[in-house]
Amino acid sequence: MTPDLVLTIFIAGIAAGTTLVFAAVGEIITERSGVLNLGVEGMMLVGAVTGFLVNNQIGQPWIGAIAGVLAGAAMGLVHAVFVVGFKTNQVVTGLALVIFGNGLSGYLGTSVVGEPPPATFDPIALPLLSSIPVLGRILFNQDALVYAGYILVAGAWWFVFRTRPGLNLRSVGESPETADAVGISVVKTRYLAVMCGGGFAGLGGAYLSLAQAPSWVPNLTAGRGWIAIALVIFATWNPLRAALGGYLFGCVEALSFRLQAVGVDIPVFFVSMLPYLFTIAVLVVISRGNLTRRLAAPAALGNSFAREER
Amino acid sequence: MTKTWRKLSFMLVAALLVGACGTGGEESADGGETDGGGGQETVKAAWIYPSPRNDGGWSTAHDQGRLAVEEKFGDQVETTFIESVSEEPGAATRAIEGLARKGYDIIFTASFGFMDPTLEVAKKYPDIYFEHCSGFKTADNMSNYFGAMEEAKYLSGIAAADATQNGLMGKVVSFPIPEIVRLTNAFLLGAQSVNPDVRMKTLFTNSFFDPPAEKAAAESLIDAGADVLTQDVDSPATGQVAEPAGAKWVGYNSDASEVAPDAWLTAPIWNWAIYYEDRIQAVLDGSWESQSYYGDLSDGIVGLAPFGDSVSQETIDKIKEVEEQIKNDEFDVFDGPIKDQAGEIVVPEGETPTLEELLSMDYFVEGMEGKLPAS
Repeated sequence: MTPDLVLTIFIAGIAAGTTLVFAAVGEIITERSGVLNLGVEGMMLVGAVTGFLVNNQIGQPWIGAIAGVLAGAAMGLVHAVFVVGFKTNQVVTGLALVIFGNGLSGYLGTSVVGEPPPATFDPIALPLLSSIPVLGRILFNQDALVYAGYILVAGAWWFVFRTRPGLNLRSVGESPETADAVGISVVKTRYLAVMCGGGFAGLGGAYLSLAQAPSWVPNLTAGRGWIAIALVIFATWNPLRAALGGYLFGCVEALSFRLQAVGVDIPVFFVSMLPYLFTIAVLVVISRGNLTRRLAAPAALGNSFAREER
Repeated sequence: MTKTWRKLSFMLVAALLVGACGTGGEESADGGETDGGGGQETVKAAWIYPSPRNDGGWSTAHDQGRLAVEEKFGDQVETTFIESVSEEPGAATRAIEGLARKGYDIIFTASFGFMDPTLEVAKKYPDIYFEHCSGFKTADNMSNYFGAMEEAKYLSGIAAADATQNGLMGKVVSFPIPEIVRLTNAFLLGAQSVNPDVRMKTLFTNSFFDPPAEKAAAESLIDAGADVLTQDVDSPATGQVAEPAGAKWVGYNSDASEVAPDAWLTAPIWNWAIYYEDRIQAVLDGSWESQSYYGDLSDGIVGLAPFGDSVSQETIDKIKEVEEQIKNDEFDVFDGPIKDQAGEIVVPEGETPTLEELLSMDYFVEGMEGKLPAS
């Protein structure tokens, strides 16, 4: 394997990881409020198809991406209405949204399957930064949404750990009763957090359909939403570690075809299994013993909150 | 978990689609009366595609055939189609049987995976004609049809060999099945006929239609140094990668030059209209009989799409010359000597593989890089 080819694995890996990073960071914000959202996959799909359809109509990938965010946030709102409003089981509601999102996106996208989009996000070399040896080519010769990803990761970390609303968010996730007692609106915080997470998931989906793929096929995300959920645990609910994990997974994905291309003699099915195998391995390592508590999972994760039940 | 979800959701989507399309044609379910002389005044014909009809590849080619039938027969024919039908036996059987129940006179099923479902439904509906594409099973009321795509692949390989600068080509391949192996070999043999040193890398996506995977595979081929790409998968994603990379591209199935105008060389294509018009006419005449049809360059079922601007007149003349030789049976794509990847002679000089050997081809020819996975 030549050094140049190794470099391309990282270049393609950052791009492939971006969709995971968006979805995982969104899920961290959602889960930090104590709401488990297993519907990420469905939200990504709806975001992807919406972004693709809008871009197909007007040829503006940025507007498409924003439409993807809004569509994802709308899916998040549905989740919030059920799990926060009606206090339904968060696991079941999330799973229902995966199936719903899959069906809805497949239906909406029927007419555009396989069509090349009129415009896509193309790589832009950042001046100065892109001329850094090696790192510049890997990190700063990407498309605009990848750069947006860098900023969003840093922003999400700063928001969660360094701001007052971030502190409120975390306290709602750790102990909604206490947060309520000090005057933080648990319901409002959770609604916003779930919608924000949905918006990020929608953006992750739109990244796939507007930049990475760029095309629409039913089930375009192919399980990436689940990988993102696993990443949240892998990252111990920290956006910076989620970014690291997301880009790492992206590299594993990019590795698969390149291994074949240089003639490494491994079965193709094994290669396409790698990212999922990696996910399972991560989950096994992390869910051993009583690690979960030490990993700082939000204490109220998965529990509905009702004031009178205090 | 993921795999199960994928499957489940695919099935759900497929079920939705089948349901949605199935309700379309009901209002006119009484057409296609047979008259006394064995022929019919009108014919109701249906098609089943494995991918969306606007996939820009395989299904698009079949749908163009369907539209040509509509164009030619006008009021005499009523057509419908169901697209994106899963090759899972249950889903395919439901789709085919649904059409049979609606009273379609002839049903074309356009994917290898539909063979057994088609046969199953054909046995239950002896008065309906079934036509299955690319398989090998027939019945009294079921034909199969396909064509010598290897001839067109061979011709397009000549264009590719003249376009490569460094002698390394790349192909995005679907499945390691004999048909695909045969077509992949034919392409490289065509290229080697003008430049014996040319090599080709192959990457398998294990799907006929998966644009994101096709794109990733094509990018990997470019990264590995290939400067001409080709494919047997259905979408034009490979061309979308070749265009900005400055590489050249031989497409497949239909003319997709507008996707990648600079990269475009040509594409081996199917002209299904030739066959479909013939079969619809046979139903109208009452002369339909079960058969195994295998068309070729001579009857035009396979051919080449228009050439791109970068293909020189010299190359085009060379291709036309070989085309004539193949049409006149002076030459066969798999005429010996042919060596496999290990350099062993598999087809000796002066011999040509039998049809059975062609249909079970399980080796890559010399010059192919990458191992053929066990199928």
